[in-house]
Amino acid sequence: MTQGDRENAVASNLAIDNAELGSAEARLATALVGFKLRDNAFHLLTLAAAWTVLILLGGVIASLVVGSLPAIRAFGLNFLSTETWNPVTEKFGALAPIYGTIVTSLIAMAIAVPVGLGIAIFLTELCPYALRRPIGIAIELLAGIPSIIYGIWGLFVLAPFLQEHVQPGLISAFANVPVLSGLFAGPPYGIGVLTAGVILAIMVLPIVSAISRDVFETVPAVLKEAAHGVGCTTWEVVRSVVIPYTRVGLIGGVMLGLGRALGETMAVTFVIGNAHKISPSLLSPGTTISATIANEFTEAVGDLYTSALIELGLILFVITFFILAISRYLLMRLHQREGR
Amino acid sequence: MAIYDTRLRRDKFYLGLCYASVVFGLGCLAIILATLLLEGVRGLSPVVFTQMTPPPGSGGGLLNAITGSLIMTFLGVALGTPLGMLAGTYMAEYGRHSKLTIVLRFINDILLSAPSIVIGLFVYEVMVVKMGHFSALAGAVSLAIIVVPVVVRTTEDMLLLVPDTLREAASALGLPRAIVIGMVAYRAARAGLITGVLLAIARISGETAPLLFTALNNQFFSTNLNAPMSSLPAVIFQFALSPYKEWQQLAWTGALLITLAVLVLSVAARVLQVRRPGK
Repeated sequence: MTQGDRENAVASNLAIDNAELGSAEARLATALVGFKLRDNAFHLLTLAAAWTVLILLGGVIASLVVGSLPAIRAFGLNFLSTETWNPVTEKFGALAPIYGTIVTSLIAMAIAVPVGLGIAIFLTELCPYALRRPIGIAIELLAGIPSIIYGIWGLFVLAPFLQEHVQPGLISAFANVPVLSGLFAGPPYGIGVLTAGVILAIMVLPIVSAISRDVFETVPAVLKEAAHGVGCTTWEVVRSVVIPYTRVGLIGGVMLGLGRALGETMAVTFVIGNAHKISPSLLSPGTTISATIANEFTEAVGDLYTSALIELGLILFVITFFILAISRYLLMRLHQREGR
Repeated sequence: MAIYDTRLRRDKFYLGLCYASVVFGLGCLAIILATLLLEGVRGLSPVVFTQMTPPPGSGGGLLNAITGSLIMTFLGVALGTPLGMLAGTYMAEYGRHSKLTIVLRFINDILLSAPSIVIGLFVYEVMVVKMGHFSALAGAVSLAIIVVPVVVRTTEDMLLLVPDTLREAASALGLPRAIVIGMVAYRAARAGLITGVLLAIARISGETAPLLFTALNNQFFSTNLNAPMSSLPAVIFQFALSPYKEWQQLAWTGALLITLAVLVLSVAARVLQVRRPGK
């Protein structure tokens, strides 16, 4: 190879290098533009998704309002205070379902709150350490069991059991007590408001205990140790330190359970009996908002009937929305304090 | 001494009540599971998985209901998960401190425990009325709306658990945000994200109320998304309330199948979380 050839080769190599360098710069530039485009696209995509979720909720409320307009126009505020529910004459009032919803939920909370708190106290204060996790996990798993399971069990097991063993006892025990004899009157049907309340209680129980346990665990150990140190019994520690410290969170947890109980459909539909009347006795059949919708919606003929059912749904949604909003607010306040 | 004795007795009494409530609560739940197992296993046979739901008074299986449930659950998750994940990503990554995130978090938490029957009414109004008939697609959409809040919540929580130093290190290499999220944040939070999806599947596999007036029910085998479709919960609802022994037996068996599926999914979600906590 001559000198000239070698120089030529070097020059051409250099030229190739330069050209590569140039194209590398160009590629870098296009890559950066691509990065920027992809980044912006992804940002917009996530933003759009966030708005969509928000709009979905707005859509739920809006569609319920639109759907219930015919019923609102026809009945106005009387809808809330009328007991009649007559598809034949198209006279509809929501009082019986609203009453049933509130009464079953109250029965459920009256049972589930004390029992749930008891379980939470057991788990945080009394339980041997090795058992804490397994029992805690079992309760959380039970919270996930679908409500239709509770419903079918309530229909085939709980209702006959209450009918044979509990309700006759209640009727005879309170027969001569002034107010209570009215609450526990009539033949023991098995299905009815009381049974629905009990099955709701069993359903809400895992939720209430799981949240109360989480809330109890936020109490700093030093506070409890200090109380034990001045000679408090375990119950006194729970009553004077743990519960006051976690009051806000506990109310939040109870409200969350209440929100579930109010909106619960399938477990109640199986055992409530679906009767559109308000009877003073807890043993007689009744109905709730969600049970009425589940039972009658597909068979509803006529726009007014459908619209009345949708208005029931709207009422249910508004009630649970406020209960859940209060609950979330209280639980949020607890977490803020925890973080401080 | 008298005061001391009273205090001790009170302590024993109330703690005794706590033990009693544990026995009562766990007892009830154990009885439910035991009954379910007993009644459900009695009807469990290969026929359940190979035959259609029977007409009243004769034997049969749950094939159409199981298929319908699988199809609608799959579609619901397929529709709801991407939306939920993207929204959760926005809340944890791009808009961590924006007003939209604060509002969305609040609303999402409420949607998480809102009555599912209301979702059914919404989808009925928006889809069933517009299309003119009940359809499996409407059922899948109502399930998707239930999936979204669950996925949004877990996605946000899990992404927030990923340490910011990881993101900063990736950003320092000059990577744009989208790639930092895709290659670093998502990978670090993968176990948690899968947990969220599993929990969402567990949640919708037993949902009944929203299906009653969207997908309705179907006595026959159908894979047509534009027609009513059978589902396990809807069949359980119909059969349990019927007077026929064979139907009631099938309802128990179906209930057992759903419960097993839900328990398996929740346990799987838990195992994933334990093995690789999102931290």
